[in-house]
Amino acid sequence: MKINQISVFLENKEGRIYEVCELLGAHDINIDALNIAESEGFGVLRMIVNKPKAAMAALKEKGFSANQTDILAVEVEDRPGGLADVLRVISTNQLNVEYMYGFTLRKSDRALMVFRFDDPEKAAKTLQANQIRIIRGSDIQES
Amino acid sequence: MEINYWNKAVETMDREQLQMHQLKHLQDTVDSAMKTSFYKKRLGKVGITSGRDIKSLDDFKKLPFTSKDDLRECYPNALLAVSKDEAVRIHTSSGTTGVPTVIYHTQEDLDHWTELVCRGIVSSGCTRNDVFQNMMTYGMFTGGLGLHYGAERVGMTVIPIGGGNTMRQLKLMKDFNTTVIHITPSYCLHVHEKLAEAGVARESLSLKKAFCGGEPHTENIRKKIEEIWGIDVYNCYGMSEMNGPGVGFECLCKTGLHIWEDNYILEIVDPQSGREMEDGEQGEVVLTTLLRKATPLIRYRSRDLAHVIPGRCECGRTHRRMSRIMGRCDDMLIINGVNIYPSQIEEVIMKMPEVGNNYQILVEKNGTLDKLTIKVEIYSKIFTGEISAIEALKHKIVENLKANIIINPVVELHEPGSLPAFEGKAKRVVDNRTSI
Repeated sequence: MKINQISVFLENKEGRIYEVCELLGAHDINIDALNIAESEGFGVLRMIVNKPKAAMAALKEKGFSANQTDILAVEVEDRPGGLADVLRVISTNQLNVEYMYGFTLRKSDRALMVFRFDDPEKAAKTLQANQIRIIRGSDIQES
Repeated sequence: MEINYWNKAVETMDREQLQMHQLKHLQDTVDSAMKTSFYKKRLGKVGITSGRDIKSLDDFKKLPFTSKDDLRECYPNALLAVSKDEAVRIHTSSGTTGVPTVIYHTQEDLDHWTELVCRGIVSSGCTRNDVFQNMMTYGMFTGGLGLHYGAERVGMTVIPIGGGNTMRQLKLMKDFNTTVIHITPSYCLHVHEKLAEAGVARESLSLKKAFCGGEPHTENIRKKIEEIWGIDVYNCYGMSEMNGPGVGFECLCKTGLHIWEDNYILEIVDPQSGREMEDGEQGEVVLTTLLRKATPLIRYRSRDLAHVIPGRCECGRTHRRMSRIMGRCDDMLIINGVNIYPSQIEEVIMKMPEVGNNYQILVEKNGTLDKLTIKVEIYSKIFTGEISAIEALKHKIVENLKANIIINPVVELHEPGSLPAFEGKAKRVVDNRTSI
């Protein structure tokens, strides 16, 4: 159910994101989604990749500070109000979202939304009970 | 030029008489010092049992030096020479975590300190008609309280506002017609820059003089402050180990700081060999207290570099003049008037398990003020992926530095292995400040 997201700590330095992407490319790792959270003087790069294990190994080898987090990728209908429908369920069930970002998958006519919940287990159950489809990790990632 | 004195008899005392006074009080100081566990041992080692063993000022020069590390080792009471009930005040340095230096004062000691400040204030031409705004921090830092009591005793109207809060400073300067300020040179430049923002016209202020202290500054900085403000600036020297400000003060002639030699013996020595330097030759300032009962200090190595200015001053004072401070012979940094050793910063940050192996201390000028940035590598394993955890770490480093060494730096977090690494002796301090 859960998808593995990789976070990389990046100091504010030119070319640092490029270095990460180049490294993953060299290891034949595809990035499906990417998001950057920035703070004063540093940033955290969040990625969903097709080969998380290999990506972590490559990053660590190059000395990056990286870690893995469980997130949920939720299907959102690609029409006005589609995201609102999902958020309504999240809100009425008082699920706490730490952050979220969007991405798309090839061969899909639906939008996808990544959610980091403070309690992913509970969130997954609640969303499914409300007929919201969650992408399985095994669909897009090698274990 | 009209020369005023606070205590003419002492300030213009004949040199020979002054030296006799020094010898007598030196003997008393050694007697007091022998009451402390530290000096009993230290002086005992060189065969001194009482002040009578010092028969001349040449004998004095054979006594061992006292260092800042000695003071730290004496924390809290090994240098206390009076019974505790006689002490009326304690000042400590910000010090390394847990080990500051401490100076006790009796009421008489404080009165002597105040007297020296009075002499300095009056020597710069101030009178009871002046309004004195004390823009130095009050509290354990001696800059605030030191000038405060002297200014009150002279009869000036004192505004004890302390440091910072520039808008309020300017408002009070305007509303109460402040004529004299006590301030660090960098803050003095900064306040001038804020005049427009505060909507205060220079012409609406009555400012005539500034006592600048707390950080070494060049003659060019003095001239610059004098020029932009249209005031006279007088250099003021001191350190907490020697009470605080007032050890030396510039008179109207502005040709160096008169060191009050009835209260202190001034020596300039070679920082390496300890050999005495000639007048005019730069060396380390070494001071001995002559009248302080609670914490006598003998041949204290200040680590400040300066020289004695040869010849007599036109003002008629016989107390020798010392140049402005030309530098330090240790790695102490002075950031907006606050003394900091890199080792203090290191001790605080390297104690934190979240911090990696390397750090760097960067000092720059931000306008006229000093800006301290501490770059810290994070420990890779603490990165959970959450931005809030990293922010919390940054906050924690700032809070720990604030609590332990009373500084408020900018903390920058870096990736492990990204800061310059050193083979051999690390150069972790980058000081990019250039003289204005």
